[in-house]
Formats: sequence, C-alpha cells, structure tokens
Amino acid sequence: MIEAIKNILKTKTIGIAGAGGLGSNCAVSLARVNVVNLIIADFDVIEESNLNRQYYFYDQIGEKKVSSLKKNIENINPNVKVKAVDIKLNPTNIIELFQNCDVIIEAFDKAEMKQMIIETVLEKMPDKILIVGVGMAGWGNNNTLKTEKTDNLYICGDQITEVSDNEPALAPRVGIVANMLANQALEILL
Amino acid sequence: MKITLNNRNENFDNKTLTVSQLLEIKNFTFKMIVVKINDKLVKKEFYETTFINNNDNVNVIHLISGG
Repeated sequence: MIEAIKNILKTKTIGIAGAGGLGSNCAVSLARVNVVNLIIADFDVIEESNLNRQYYFYDQIGEKKVSSLKKNIENINPNVKVKAVDIKLNPTNIIELFQNCDVIIEAFDKAEMKQMIIETVLEKMPDKILIVGVGMAGWGNNNTLKTEKTDNLYICGDQITEVSDNEPALAPRVGIVANMLANQALEILL
Repeated sequence: MKITLNNRNENFDNKTLTVSQLLEIKNFTFKMIVVKINDKLVKKEFYETTFINNNDNVNVIHLISGG
C-alpha cells in the first residue's frame, strides 16, 4: 500500500505559497510522503523569532527561507525536487508559477495576502484546487480546528483566532493547521 | 427572499440585495473578506453593483492573519 501511495504522489506537483509556519511544516510533511514535485515561493529571511514554529534551525538564521527549506527537505527525502522560488508573490506571478500544479496551498501569514491569492485563483484559475489556512493563533482548543469546502476552495483552521501579542502564532496550532493543509492535499490527490 | 449565507438559511424582507447591502445588514465590517455567490467570486469593486437573489448560496469568508 505504501508503495502504491508513493507511486501516485511522485507524479503530482504541489505549489506552496509561503515558507513560514504553515508552508515549511506543510512542505516537510508532503516531502516525507514522497510528493516529489514541490514549488515553494517566499521572499523572506529566517529570523530567530521564526524558530518557535517554522521548520528551520538555529544555524540557518539569516538565510533565505526557500533555500534553507529546500536543504532541509532534501536532507529528509532526497527524492524530492524542490523548486525554490525567491519571490514576493502577486496576481501575475502566482498564475505563471502555479499553473501546472495539481493543488495550490496558501501558506501566507498576512490576511491581505490570503485574500489576494484566493481572489487570483478563483478569478483566473477557477478549476484549480486551492487549500488555505485561516485562524490558528494561540494554544489549546484543538476541537475548533476544522476544514470547510466550497467548490474548489478548502479552508483549514478555526477561522476566528487572529495573531496578536496575547495570541501569538505557536508551533502546536500552526503545525496542526500546516498538517491539515497537507492532509487535505493527500485526500484530494489519492 | 431566502438565501444560504455561510451554510445557514437566512430570510430577508427585501426581494433582492446588493452585496454591499448584505454586508451592512449582517454587520460584516471586516476589511479582509472574500465573497462568493453560487461558488463564483465577486470582487470588491463589484459589491455595489452585484445583486443577491432568492435561493442564492452566499459565502463570506473572513481572512485573518497568522501562519
């Protein structure tokens, strides 16, 4: 069974928009199950404050997230071909970059970027499957994390908690939602 | 009219409503939203001119930061 799953997944391509808490953890999960074609886009650099939830190491502080994530993934599964794209995504390059993906995963932190990619994909690539993460701040409340589907759009998260000083983004809940995104992608692809 | 709003049934006295009017009535004042009518995206610039009719399925997705 595991070989059959791996054989299906090695033919698929998943695009991940963002390499922060959601994107880095989601990409690592997908790499572990042999989704060998990953396109990951981010423009950011690793900071110490990212290490409370993002899949990077202390000695990678200061490096570009996409190149470090590619390295970390290849250390886990050398079969995976990560196309690491150092770019700030916008409505034009999202289409160019992700047009051949089987599934697109939204992994931004800012609400306006989430809105931008949802509008872009729904308007310009309406047949494409888009999975987004909305609402994962704070801790506890396992049972508020859920998935909602409308047409080709899947929303994972509690859709309520916004990151703030009192409710920071932390490894457990961000990691859960990152894996919900990956898990939803598997459900669609397998 | 009767519509489905975020998977719940809602009744309004109006025969039709623009997206802007619906957002106002429901107090959806949140800045970052995506609106879908019958699974079709309605962009912000068309909120004033797009009408919601009886039996429409409307989704208003609130986007919040974190990730």
